[in-house]
Amino acid sequence: MSSGGPNWFKYASPMAFYPLAGRLIPWFAVPAVVLTAIGLYMTFFVAPVDYRQGDAYRIMFIHVPAAWMSMWLYICMAVYAALGLVVRTRLSSMMAQAIAPTGAMFTFIALWTGAFWGKPMWGAWWVWDARLTSELILLFLYIGVMALRAAIDDTRRADRASGLLALVGVVNVPIIYYSVQWWNTLHQGASISMTAAPTMSRIMLWTLLVMTFAFWAHAFVTSLMRVRGIILERERHAEWVAEMVDETK
Amino acid sequence: MVRRDLTLVMRNRADVATILFFFVIVVSLFPLGVGPEMNILRTIAPGVVWVAALLASMLSLGRMFAADHADGTLEQLLVAPAPLALLVLGKVIAHWLASGVPLVLMAPLLGLQFGLPADGLAVLMVSLLLGTPVLSLVGAIGAALTLGVRGGGVLVSLLVLPLYIPVLIFGAGAVDATVSGLGGQAHLSILAAMLVLAGCFTPWATAAALRISLD
Repeated sequence: MSSGGPNWFKYASPMAFYPLAGRLIPWFAVPAVVLTAIGLYMTFFVAPVDYRQGDAYRIMFIHVPAAWMSMWLYICMAVYAALGLVVRTRLSSMMAQAIAPTGAMFTFIALWTGAFWGKPMWGAWWVWDARLTSELILLFLYIGVMALRAAIDDTRRADRASGLLALVGVVNVPIIYYSVQWWNTLHQGASISMTAAPTMSRIMLWTLLVMTFAFWAHAFVTSLMRVRGIILERERHAEWVAEMVDETK
Repeated sequence: MVRRDLTLVMRNRADVATILFFFVIVVSLFPLGVGPEMNILRTIAPGVVWVAALLASMLSLGRMFAADHADGTLEQLLVAPAPLALLVLGKVIAHWLASGVPLVLMAPLLGLQFGLPADGLAVLMVSLLLGTPVLSLVGAIGAALTLGVRGGGVLVSLLVLPLYIPVLIFGAGAVDATVSGLGGQAHLSILAAMLVLAGCFTPWATAAALRISLD
């Protein structure tokens, strides 16, 4: 194991990860604030007015990154849950637990801003289209995972039960992603892809990317802060926690 | 396994009847709430029957493992030489025969009350026949996860209903498409695909969930 190079497995232990998370938080918090400020400035003052949608399209700069994050965080949560189930590292389950509320929040933001955009564009707050419905199911899945965990007192069982549910729910993510291609829906298709030139102006694309990284950094900060709380709560009987509390006194 | 569970169910025939009457009552509430206009009823009929089937199937989920959990049979099954996923599949089939099949048989009668045409009724039956086993298969995961959890009954609906939604969409969609003359073939094919996938994968997930619950 220790044949040269840093031992990455060291950070799988909550005791080693706790200070690491504490050191990492500022490294993500600063970009989160700065990028959000830049992104919002670009959203409102730099990005040009869309010739068809007018000013209302600007909510896309929040809606699209939030929707991306909602799916991405679900996958992250499921991967951590799978690690927790298979490798049985305690930290993985804690991370899965820490990510869930942030993911649920981004899902909610994506739905909410989508409603604000839909009202002027489609003339309705909500339509029962495939992408909207599957995103709503994603919100239900997040809530289900958190509710199942909250209902079980034994933490080990709670970890594994909610982890299994998270894994079952992964089926939904590709459905959301491809829903605009599989079904002929009201929600427009993707404007950005890895293989073709984006169908939007360069400045809009940059604004979108800046906002995405801002949201991503925010997700890191909140998850790490939450996981620190979870570690302390679960390891409260451990010696190192007691020592640390004594030091800060 | 199937025979044993069915025998147990037949000893408690009232349970099956309760689920069936629940289904009938929920469906009958809609004409009273919406008003007896035949045109409206005909359009909402597939959705109403399907939603009622979803709820009825969900209500009976608690019973799938609860009794065996209470008397310790489940722990015996866990250490049995046969693969657990196979035993789970047997229990799910028994559950479907006891709770799904009666709904399938009752559905055309309710469809008639809503003025569905004959081809619509046939597709409604076929879609339920393909869809209700998926409900039992997916529901088994939720039932296994919430075994012995406080507030399990409400929790299972929160876990299972989101996963039921695709079945609902395609099941009701098949009937809608048939009634409007488009043909429900595509919807039925997707339902059948869901059944095959669920049949292959959910027993493993349920077995894993049972192991977690009884750890």
